[in-house]
Amino acid sequence: MTAKPHLDREHARHLLGQMLRIRLFEERCAELYTQQKIRGFLHLYVGEEANAVGIACALSAADSIVSTYREHGHALARGIAMGPLMAEMYGKANGTSAGRGGSMHVFDRATRFYGGNAIVGGGLPLAVGLGLAEKLRGGAGVAVCLFGEGAVAEGEFHESLNLAALWKLPVLFVCENNLYAMGSAIERTESETAIFRKAESYRVEAHQVDGMDVVAVEVAALGALERIRGGAGPQFLECMTYRFRAHSMFDAQLYRDRAEVERWKERDPIRRFGDWATASGLLHVADIEALREAASAEVDAAVAFAEAGAWEPVEDLCRHTLMDAVPA
Amino acid sequence: MTTTYREAIKQAIRDALNRDERVFLMGEDVGRYGGCYAVTKGLLEEFGEARIRDTPLSESAFVGAGIGAAMAGLRPIVEIMTVNFSLLALDQIVNNAATIPHMSGGQFAVPLVIRMATGAGRQLAAQHSHSLEGWYAHIPGLKIVAPATLEDARGMLWSALEDPNPVLIFEQVNLYNMEAELAADAGAVPLCGAAVRRAGRDLSLVTYGASLHKSLVAAQLLATEGIEAEVIDLRSLRPLDDATIMASLARTRRILVVDEGWRSGGISAEICARVAEQGFYDLDAPPARLCGVEVPIPYPKHLEDAAIPQVETIHAAALELVRPSGRST
Amino acid sequence: MPSLGADMEKGKVVEWLKKPGDPIARGDVVAVVETQKGAFEIEAFEAGILGEILVPVGVEAPVGAVLARIDGPGAAPRPAMAAPAPPRPAIQPVASPPPRPAQIATGRPRISPAAARRAIELGVDTRGLSGSGPGGAIAIADVEAAARKPAAPQPSAPPTGTPGPRRGFDPAAMRQAIATAMARSKREIPHYYLSLPIDMGIASEWLAAENARRDVERRLLPAALLLKAVALALRAVPELNGFWVEGAPRLSPSIHVGWAIALRGGGLMAPAIHDADRLTLDQAMAALRDLTTRARVARVRGSEMMDPTVTVTSLGERGADSVFGVIYPPQLAIVGFGAPRITALPVGDAIRPRPVVQATLAADHRASDGALGSRLLATIDRHLQRPESL
Repeated sequence: MTAKPHLDREHARHLLGQMLRIRLFEERCAELYTQQKIRGFLHLYVGEEANAVGIACALSAADSIVSTYREHGHALARGIAMGPLMAEMYGKANGTSAGRGGSMHVFDRATRFYGGNAIVGGGLPLAVGLGLAEKLRGGAGVAVCLFGEGAVAEGEFHESLNLAALWKLPVLFVCENNLYAMGSAIERTESETAIFRKAESYRVEAHQVDGMDVVAVEVAALGALERIRGGAGPQFLECMTYRFRAHSMFDAQLYRDRAEVERWKERDPIRRFGDWATASGLLHVADIEALREAASAEVDAAVAFAEAGAWEPVEDLCRHTLMDAVPA
Repeated sequence: MTTTYREAIKQAIRDALNRDERVFLMGEDVGRYGGCYAVTKGLLEEFGEARIRDTPLSESAFVGAGIGAAMAGLRPIVEIMTVNFSLLALDQIVNNAATIPHMSGGQFAVPLVIRMATGAGRQLAAQHSHSLEGWYAHIPGLKIVAPATLEDARGMLWSALEDPNPVLIFEQVNLYNMEAELAADAGAVPLCGAAVRRAGRDLSLVTYGASLHKSLVAAQLLATEGIEAEVIDLRSLRPLDDATIMASLARTRRILVVDEGWRSGGISAEICARVAEQGFYDLDAPPARLCGVEVPIPYPKHLEDAAIPQVETIHAAALELVRPSGRST
Repeated sequence: MPSLGADMEKGKVVEWLKKPGDPIARGDVVAVVETQKGAFEIEAFEAGILGEILVPVGVEAPVGAVLARIDGPGAAPRPAMAAPAPPRPAIQPVASPPPRPAQIATGRPRISPAAARRAIELGVDTRGLSGSGPGGAIAIADVEAAARKPAAPQPSAPPTGTPGPRRGFDPAAMRQAIATAMARSKREIPHYYLSLPIDMGIASEWLAAENARRDVERRLLPAALLLKAVALALRAVPELNGFWVEGAPRLSPSIHVGWAIALRGGGLMAPAIHDADRLTLDQAMAALRDLTTRARVARVRGSEMMDPTVTVTSLGERGADSVFGVIYPPQLAIVGFGAPRITALPVGDAIRPRPVVQATLAADHRASDGALGSRLLATIDRHLQRPESL
């Protein structure tokens, strides 16, 4: 029997609250980037929140996550504290990676968050390895691998799917298909645009999910994880979603239609879920406001935390290049 | 006891598998086939499929999987059949293995060992004859070693597995059959540190891998001509053992680096730069190097032989260094 | 003007979507800016009333410049917004240059090769010199400074094995250095002397015929023949080609002939012509010409000074009959050629006037004896009788 989320008031608040935290964090990052507090590349998750939250809710503490450079939402949903996350964006020593990684390289040992990765497709083999380790140890954890549909063009996608399937590894592959790999629409880069079919060709059970519906994502994730824990081998979810903002900050979005963006905005996962929750009486408007205010305050505190953080001294430049010991 | 370089490595793998349950080996044809160079022959029967894993031809995926498994606390040995195929996994090695400890601010280590065969000499032509260990030695975050003796073949794997950092072990294809004496209880050897394989006073011959043995033979030839060459086996290309090299140079005043890889931007260039930085005032002659000729390795034997250092060319280069024949402008 | 990317430096306002007095909500798009990547919508991060527009349409502004003010209630000015942030606060440590790897300390005096060469050119004894280079190493500047010092006390032995050539403009220093070297030579080397008159008639005729066929620039001088003859003869008698080192002869496999060149204003140097035995006559002539020219302007290379394995001194066309040289330590021999004299010699049945050059040898008796020395001179003679084979 497939587990279903128990959609009570508490859980509804949790789902909405998490999505709001992500939304407000990302919006604030955009502002900070224009003020040059955040530098380099910044890839925002606005519009895709339902994926991160739906998946994260289905996970256990024993599971691991490998993600991409668009990983802030995953990080927050997984439980990485917002202060250190913002400090990492700033590059401060009190950031998640002591500021060494920045926006694209968020890591957290405590929550088994094995990295944002700046190379499209680069994380898939890592997830296979995490799954392999779990299997060799006889553990019950699942390696969750999040990636965009752009990764599907890379050889590493195919190698990783094949290997995971061949060795029946406990890996959940989640493709967040937002229809654009940077500026390349999927019709222009994939001969087969139904991504889930590619997974099926490797004999991996695959499902397509409405990625703008947080409950649908959670249900799909729970089902997939249960099958993996039951020994079915790897599973694949293709979450159909959309990013409301550009690929990164310095992207003029010449490749897509303003009208298309507006159409997808009407399916905003936060508004949709909020509307449904209030309509079905699960939540009041006041609840939603309270959640929004709490998230806003949390973001303010995170910025203050980051602003107050110190810069690593230049003398420590070469720290962490080589390790003295494997961290316990 | 008399054994081979190949057997020494196999014994090292066996030791590791027995000693530490976190260790497992994966790569192409390591199990059923017994290993492309027969290093792992018989290990599948001894240790089973879980620990001796045959992989599909997916270098990027299985090297990345090794990285992931190492991050998760296991101690994988990944065998890439040869350095030539490692290029398919370059992204994983350079962008993940070498960087994750740093990018994670020290949260995750990558205690991964990658073994690869390297070198030319079997008429396998350009795509199968690279010596790219010098290239890899460019990357911070990696450790690069090149065992050339049985003690090192046997003992470096142990130390590599103990090291919390990714270690790339370059085994020389031409040495697998090399026979020598090795103590039955030979154990771990340090990963770093160059070794003076032959003491001498007239020049320092700095080399590694298969070129070591050619250099030793050349040194014997030179001795008959009254030239005593000091032969240094680098053992580790990253980090390099500057102290041993410079101490030798201080005694001999002349240095010849022998490297099968190409000279442009290779490890020989790095050594010469360090010699200039640290041993400038002890040089009695410019630092010399003998490297692979800058040509993709050709197929016909006479051309292949001419493309890489040989006993004769090492001897000639050393002679020229010590007794220059022409204008010394 | 927001920063939208690391390589964005400025933008041009192409449209204002709000005008002064309009209410602004957070997230509203207020303007459109053109950059190298295309047009971007500029959103407001504050709520309020749009106040003064500072950068109108069509004007470019750098990142960080204020485009417009937002006034009014609810617009709590956040410090972050106010400053067109220079990216980093005071943390801009003046990076000291990365520490250079240290030169290993061996306790030996340190001098750069270039400085060593310069010391030879200038006749400077580098022992005891203090250096301004890394780790106290002696550099060119130190050598030149020492050379300018008046009358430095002379050491009892020359600084290197071969006596230094001196620059033409410092004849006093050069004479002093030569004096030192020659004195040492006489003191330490047991010289023995041999001479042999060589009939240069055949060589002269051959030379005349050769030169008649050649343009002026390519004509050969007798010196070229002498040089080649000596070099080839040393192949046959290698015991006279090399050095006396640490109590034993160390013969050289290569034959680098030091050719004595008198300098204008006094002074003498004998720089090497390398592998003289392997040169053609044309090459030998070119080398002699080149070397003489450079020696006279003191543009001789250090290696040319250090490398001679034997020396030849020729008096040329005019001068004494013979010259017995003083060996340049640590070489083993010096060959001399006097000026040609017309001498009556038996040729066949008759007495003929022939040009005769006295060839001499001064050699180190520790390394060779009269028999060997004679053999050398005789071989030189033989070569000069067959100039076409030189």
